[in-house]
Amino acid sequence: MATSNQTFGDFSLWQNGPQPGNIYNFPGQSTSSGNDTRQRTVQPMTTGTSVLGVKFDGGVMLAADMLGSYGSTARFRGISRVMKVNASTVLTASGDYADFQYLKSIMEQKVIEENCLDDGFKYTPQSIFSWMTRVLYQRRSHQDPLWNTYIVGGLNDSKPFLGYIDKLGTAYEANAIASGFGQYIALPILRELVEQKPLLTQQEAREAIVKCMRILFYRDARSFNKFEIVTVTKDGVVIEPPQSAETNWNVAHFVKGFN
Amino acid sequence: MYYKPRDHDFAVSLVQVYDLSASQFSPDGRVFQVEYAIKAVENSSTAIAIRGKDGVVFAVENLILSKLYEKGTNKRIHNLDSHIGMAMAGLLSDGRSLVDVARTEASNYRMDYGSSIPLKTMADRMSMYMHAYTLYSAVRPYGCSIVIGSYEDGNPQMYMVDPSGVAMGYYGIAIGKARQAAKTEIEKLKMTEMTCRELVKEAAKMLVEILTLAFLFVIHVVHDEVKDKAFELELSWVGEMTGGKHERVPDDLRAEAEKYAKEALAESDESEDEDM
Repeated sequence: MATSNQTFGDFSLWQNGPQPGNIYNFPGQSTSSGNDTRQRTVQPMTTGTSVLGVKFDGGVMLAADMLGSYGSTARFRGISRVMKVNASTVLTASGDYADFQYLKSIMEQKVIEENCLDDGFKYTPQSIFSWMTRVLYQRRSHQDPLWNTYIVGGLNDSKPFLGYIDKLGTAYEANAIASGFGQYIALPILRELVEQKPLLTQQEAREAIVKCMRILFYRDARSFNKFEIVTVTKDGVVIEPPQSAETNWNVAHFVKGFN
Repeated sequence: MYYKPRDHDFAVSLVQVYDLSASQFSPDGRVFQVEYAIKAVENSSTAIAIRGKDGVVFAVENLILSKLYEKGTNKRIHNLDSHIGMAMAGLLSDGRSLVDVARTEASNYRMDYGSSIPLKTMADRMSMYMHAYTLYSAVRPYGCSIVIGSYEDGNPQMYMVDPSGVAMGYYGIAIGKARQAAKTEIEKLKMTEMTCRELVKEAAKMLVEILTLAFLFVIHVVHDEVKDKAFELELSWVGEMTGGKHERVPDDLRAEAEKYAKEALAESDESEDEDM
């Protein structure tokens, strides 16, 4: 049965009026209904996992896998998280990939402008590291952090440099550094190594890095067995083509109880 | 009170002047301020640039006006971006301010489009910028000309922008005091035919190196006219051999080039003596 309202037109009460429980905007008045709040990164979107770095006799070696995770989805399987800054400095990042790309473009321009001056000066790993700490600390102080952990590696005056900066601006230097899940899984292994033998050879460094990347691939669900190794020596920065660690899953079928 | 008119009162009131502002034409259609700016360039020491097959080479003679100057002060060859070089003649400070503007353009372009600025775009932007300073009474035109060059996707390119804001592409160009003599010398090189290929008997990578030698020869010959003054030679290039980056010519090649130039110069002096 049709209601009288439907028969004789729409006479329903409270047309264009306030809805119970909602905010009413008076016509002609610019009462705020829109979103004039500032948007900030509150969670990273496409992310990269751990980065590892270790000093050796005459240089530094860093490694980062090539996965861009979208939550738990392995969304991008071939993205580089390594940036050559200049002939003596590299920058690697975990965390939000877009933030890394943003910072990378700024860094590229910064280095170009430096080179343009043609004054014989070049940024050292230390100067890049120091600048990065300022940028990241300022961003976190504006409550809008760049959601990354950066590891800066390089060589200055034939001395290896390795430094860590996180999204809060916390920064330190060390002989072995890892970011993300690698801090729990890989860093103890690397630290033990450099404590036993402070001056690793390049070969020892490589073996340690590959070993840690393999272990991370076994244990870190956001990792990927395709990674880049970058070394900085007096011969400059060498970013190696993507490689994989040998894996052995023979014991995998013994693992029970996680289904 | 009686005021006796003086000569200069007549000069001001009876004679129309057209050169006080860049915003006014003279009756025969000239903008004198722009012409004066070009004069400023013509009084400068010489800068030349030649476009070869695999790159562009810049050479500037930098007159050392005082023995007290440090080496390498007041450079007249600049980087505008990693891939663009610039040589200038005219007022140095005007040129440096243009360098600033150009670098900002290059930076903005990269920020907007994610790639380095094409030289043609840069030439357009710079010419429009310089042209704007020929339009208003409150500003004066730039007292310098610039030559910009790059090597993009295997193509060497070169443009010259003068104070009027005209930008044109060139195979070879000279600006400054000795431009006419330099242009004559450059023309002798038969630029269009003398692709670097013909210059060289050896490897392709030697092409531009030899082009530089020829270059230096030009500059020394021209400079002979103002022999009395000391000068510093600035040499730079951008091309295949630098991977598309604009760089100063390496010291060893530079020394080699200077030696070659001096020998060539000595040879020509001898032949002149014989003639006498």
